[in-house]
Amino acid sequence: MAKDMSYEALNARKNEIMKAAMQISYEDFELAGIGFNYEKMMDEVGYSIEEMRKMQLENAVGNTPLLEMRNLTALARKYAPAGKGARILVKDEACNASGSFKARRAAIAVQQAKKLGYKGVIAATSGNYGAAVAAQAAMNGLKCIVVQECYDNDKIGQPEILEKQRICEAYGAEVVQLTVGPELFTTFLGLLEETGYFNASLYTPFGIAGVETLGYELAEQCRQRYGKDPDVVVCTNAGGGNLTGTARGLIKADATKTQVVGASIDLKGLHMASNGDFNKKSCTTGHTGFAIPFVTWPDRSDCPRNAARTLRYMDRYVIVKQGEVFYITQALAVLEGYERGPAGNTSLTAAFVLAQEMNEDEIIIVQETEYTGAGKHTMPQLTFAKQNGVDVLFGDPDNEIPGKTLVFPEDPGMIKAREYDLSKAKKSYIHNCVKNYDMATASEEDINYIMDEIKESREFVLAELKGAGITI
Amino acid sequence: MISAKKGDWVQVENIVLPAGHRAPQVPEDTQKCDLKMWVKGEALQDAKEDEELEVKTTTGRIVKGRLVEVNSRYVHDYGEFQPELLKIEHQLKEILFGGEK
Repeated sequence: MAKDMSYEALNARKNEIMKAAMQISYEDFELAGIGFNYEKMMDEVGYSIEEMRKMQLENAVGNTPLLEMRNLTALARKYAPAGKGARILVKDEACNASGSFKARRAAIAVQQAKKLGYKGVIAATSGNYGAAVAAQAAMNGLKCIVVQECYDNDKIGQPEILEKQRICEAYGAEVVQLTVGPELFTTFLGLLEETGYFNASLYTPFGIAGVETLGYELAEQCRQRYGKDPDVVVCTNAGGGNLTGTARGLIKADATKTQVVGASIDLKGLHMASNGDFNKKSCTTGHTGFAIPFVTWPDRSDCPRNAARTLRYMDRYVIVKQGEVFYITQALAVLEGYERGPAGNTSLTAAFVLAQEMNEDEIIIVQETEYTGAGKHTMPQLTFAKQNGVDVLFGDPDNEIPGKTLVFPEDPGMIKAREYDLSKAKKSYIHNCVKNYDMATASEEDINYIMDEIKESREFVLAELKGAGITI
Repeated sequence: MISAKKGDWVQVENIVLPAGHRAPQVPEDTQKCDLKMWVKGEALQDAKEDEELEVKTTTGRIVKGRLVEVNSRYVHDYGEFQPELLKIEHQLKEILFGGEK
């Protein structure tokens, strides 16, 4: 008898479909209470740095250049107090096969799929990860399907996403495109079951471990050239894998004093599943609409346990505006001669501001760039914004209203890195634990797990749990 | 009116979930829309626009759907010239190379 492929039936089979599509025994890492053993999962399912570097280099990934942004540094120093203005470096991840750091994750995922004997891989993504998986699958002779949330109800799509469709097809992948909505996940489950392909999720232990080489490499390169570790590394933050993997790589390279800063674009007020809001966004990744839910509850991904857990690693989190990122993208092109992004330049925008707080002899590293092309460029993005009724103007970026205005700073001195209160995010994480696990009591193991999850003291965790009426 | 011959590279459209039957967490404006899906593949039959046909995708899947495009064009490009970007370029060069701020 044919299987019931209805929406409800597919969701009911979620666990068995996922198990067959990944062969990871997530239950082996579960603890008695709410937690799981994260480090054990990363150790047993991931690979060593040496193994990953080898796999990546064999597949045209890694060893990307670390570039010094001389003119952007000089510009930042114009606005910094005397003696301030750290050296800004950029890791040019656009040099990876497929044009972004996502190749690091895809390389490991595709090798894993190959090792386990799968005939193909599937990824649910509207971002650079699709191109990364498609390219790696092509190199390794595997079939590939990319599932994209692409269009609004009138079949109008963001130029950036349309380019990502094109590039996936260019690498020989099948692209399944959908209108806006979280039900994409169910279509994805159906395809996994229909094809028996591997789930090349962004959030598996090996997917995240693949990014560790990025943090490791940049620490090595910085030491070689400047004789010291970077003082700050800024990571654009969305689903959390970029930041988590990079921070873990820094720790593995013993760069334990390096501060890890997350940066996201403010898209407050735009609903991520709204048909009407879908094309009002002028960026499709690295924004708060995606990032904040993942920061405060990582286990919302397409894996039973998400290996990207930013609150374990983030020292600071800052928010920038769309107009500021477009401004800095233009600065990168006309002052440095690098046409990159725009989406990957979220962390560069933050670094431009953070550098002004730091000493001149300090180093701040922006750990990624992404390729630019038709659609993925400031011109088509701004054209699209205007077509969708967004007013593009010069003024104070603080006044930007996502979906209504895109405000370029009148002067680069107006660009800000707005502090996101991490203790608020940590409290929100604890409340999500209480809600999602229907907690009434908390064991010693639960408390220790939460302390690790949010890098906080026992007092902090206990106060929040007690406030939520939990018996300790 | 487009039409496809067997063997043409076409795009088909499907409705995965009809309006009114969307996931409960979906906001109101999206609830009013069908969840639509598009897939490209080789036409396995002749068909006219909006007629249902089967296609074979690049991974070899057989998918049924309504014919919407033949040899689909990539419509994205570099957009209209944006004078705001030129203003930024001039400003940056002035600040950095045009003398004291």
